[in-house]
Amino acid sequence: MPSIHDCRRLFPSLSESLVFLDSAATTQKPQMVIDALIDAYRDGIANPGRGVYPLAERVTSDVHAARVTVAEFIGAKTHEIVFTKGTTEAINLVARTLGETLQAGDRVAVTMMEHHSNLVPWLQLRERRGIEIDWIPVNKDGQTDMNVLLEMLKKGKTKLLAITGLSNVLGIAPDLSEIIRRAHECGALVLVDAAQMVAHLPIDVRALDADFLAFSGHKIYGPMGVGVLYGKELLLEKMPTFLGGGDMVQSVTTKGYTSAELPRKFEAGTISAVDVIGLGVAISWLDSIGMDAVMKHDRELMSHAMKRLKEIDGLQILGSQKPDERTGVISFTVNNVHPHDLTHLLGERGICLRAGHHCAEPLHNFLKINASARMSFGVYNTKEDIDTCAAAIAEATKFLQK
Amino acid sequence: MDLYAENILDHYRHPRNKGEERSPTVTHKEENASCGDDLVVDLVIEDGRVSNVLWRGQGCAISQAAISLLSEELKKKSTDEVMSIDTKAVRDLLGVPIGIRREKCAFLGLHAVKNAIRKAQNQDPQSWRETIQIDK
Repeated sequence: MPSIHDCRRLFPSLSESLVFLDSAATTQKPQMVIDALIDAYRDGIANPGRGVYPLAERVTSDVHAARVTVAEFIGAKTHEIVFTKGTTEAINLVARTLGETLQAGDRVAVTMMEHHSNLVPWLQLRERRGIEIDWIPVNKDGQTDMNVLLEMLKKGKTKLLAITGLSNVLGIAPDLSEIIRRAHECGALVLVDAAQMVAHLPIDVRALDADFLAFSGHKIYGPMGVGVLYGKELLLEKMPTFLGGGDMVQSVTTKGYTSAELPRKFEAGTISAVDVIGLGVAISWLDSIGMDAVMKHDRELMSHAMKRLKEIDGLQILGSQKPDERTGVISFTVNNVHPHDLTHLLGERGICLRAGHHCAEPLHNFLKINASARMSFGVYNTKEDIDTCAAAIAEATKFLQK
Repeated sequence: MDLYAENILDHYRHPRNKGEERSPTVTHKEENASCGDDLVVDLVIEDGRVSNVLWRGQGCAISQAAISLLSEELKKKSTDEVMSIDTKAVRDLLGVPIGIRREKCAFLGLHAVKNAIRKAQNQDPQSWRETIQIDK
């Protein structure tokens, strides 16, 4: 079994001098994923699902194998896995299919800590369908306010709850099992934005009983431009079609069309087959390390990073102060230091951190801050990365506060 | 630490013309949505010339230094002269290399000043693209 502790060497971009602590934005790619992309093109490409010559058959079966890998990784059936461009497209797909069946007065609930990609599709749906949006507050630790959520659900108007599986700012994982159970009791469906969750926490869509779950390949060591929508078979069957085009149809006549079976129904046009294959390789590899090892590694980095960051004068960590309540990311502010200045200075030393509102503007307004800096972890990060970064933050802070 | 030259840090730590004008001819606010910064510019315009400028807001060292430096250039200039200030002039004022990631920071002040003048002249605000393309 490959060990998480020597996996850094599998990432050719991670030279000695690069301290990459922005994996919540995107991850670096292991050599085997890069090789898979190169091999797929070099060995000959064909359009999957179309030709019957051997080359086309190979690409078709490689894409299918990747779909099986993804399905097994999250506990879904193979035909419940729809390939998209990413999390954003996956959520938009639901908003523009299931969403179109909602009526004026129906409600969609979101939490205050959602990423813009799990907010704007619902705000757009409000424009189109006249639905109402309910905003569920979070407390200062980032925990979803269950009382408000239950109150809203009990009104019986909520058709869908769209919630993150792991906040990209606060690193808090809501209690999805409990939230989904309560939502179902009140007749609401639940869509989980798993963009951050997928690389950090194990996912079992059956055990969770999630109705929809979306994630991107590039945040789980796979290529950019490919993502996944999981949907329960019965829901996907009932939903109207999304994009129209080749491969999503059973037949087309002058009178109309009939849509193809799942998952092709939602995969119009040529999918990014090579990226899908790359995603399959990335997920197989992460699965071979094991999500238990990933979580243990995350916990060690989190405890270490919180300890080091708290030693820095004037630095405040957003959300829970307890390492065991957090996963994957630490966002923070520093008195009298703008996050852009801080991360610019760190960048000059090869230390990569994100600054801004991390596409979660409502959360930043809610927390009454303009912007924050964010450190986030991947499997390849080490305690030495955190030590280097913490020392550089302390130094840059002193320089900027002078 | 090229970007954070002494001149920039001096203007960041001791910003010039920062404050609120009691009776401005025009007040205009611009925001930099991607980093959550905002900037308000007050101009007093007399006989077609800028007689006073005050600004306030929050932002990084580059954006604060840029508007501080720019504010010193505006006084006594005609509105036409202000409208002809381009991004190259702001780059020269800053005197440090501004990469593509920091253009928003460096030119937010120029954008706010130009749109303040347009507002005073009852014109619609110009786009960010117009502000940064003038020197191209």
